[in-house]
Amino acid sequence: MTVADALLLALGAVAVGSGFLVVTSAHLVRAGLYLVVSLGALAGLYLVLGAELVAWVQVLVYVGAVVVLLLFAVMLTRAPIGASQDLDRPAGPALLIGGGVGLGLAALLADAFRWTIYPQAETGTAQRMGEQIFGAWVLPFEVLSILLLAALVGAIVLSRPDLGARREEPESVEG
Amino acid sequence: MHAVIPYVTAAILFGLGVYGVLRRRNAILVLMAVELMLNAINLIFVTADATVRSALVGVQIESWAYPNSQPHAGSVFALFVIVLAAAEVGVGLAIILQYYRMRQAVHVDEVALHHEADEQVVR
Repeated sequence: MTVADALLLALGAVAVGSGFLVVTSAHLVRAGLYLVVSLGALAGLYLVLGAELVAWVQVLVYVGAVVVLLLFAVMLTRAPIGASQDLDRPAGPALLIGGGVGLGLAALLADAFRWTIYPQAETGTAQRMGEQIFGAWVLPFEVLSILLLAALVGAIVLSRPDLGARREEPESVEG
Repeated sequence: MHAVIPYVTAAILFGLGVYGVLRRRNAILVLMAVELMLNAINLIFVTADATVRSALVGVQIESWAYPNSQPHAGSVFALFVIVLAAAEVGVGLAIILQYYRMRQAVHVDEVALHHEADEQVVR
């Protein structure tokens, strides 16, 4: 049990605990804020595992952008401030399938990797990662930029105010 | 470093994400659960990159595995997944907001389809 193991255990517990609160909290805004804690703990896990660039990109893109987008959506859909009672469906099937998937995968991975000690890999700094991205993986990288452009255009087209507007009540168009 | 700790963490996070997607009615909360699942996959990528490769020192990598034989392939894939998740959230939230504007609801299990049938829709 080294320092890295203790850090992995602690950050993993934080990530799983706040992840549990994300999927069970009755407050929409609190679920978003617990998501921040969970994603931040995952960034810490990446740091301990030596993936430096991924950790900072996680903080920038996920904690900085994606969660803010989600909270914007919570506000734009006029979510109530307090606890909402109608957020959940019956728990039975979800508990069965989710618990089965989670515990099954956990058992599979625990059986596959046992309590083996692996040496620490070299740190994934920005220089090493950049050499890989723009060397071996440059074609997927360019395809990804086209995909981002397509997603941007798609989001703009989907947000057009005249889409699905009704003739009888034009005042319902504002958004 | 015991690789099993982050692996089991990722498995439990993925299970929580599946549970959230199936349990939640609110579309935004479903998206949050999807984010949890994507992050669990990222954690598995990064862990495999950090541990399995360092255990394979001296193993001859086949030539057909070319880009995968490079170091940090898992981290590069984690970056790609983060970008994909950002695009997915952008388009998903555009769909949710448009749906909210048309139906005044964000529930994914009771989508009212009959409005469209009996009212004229202007394109």
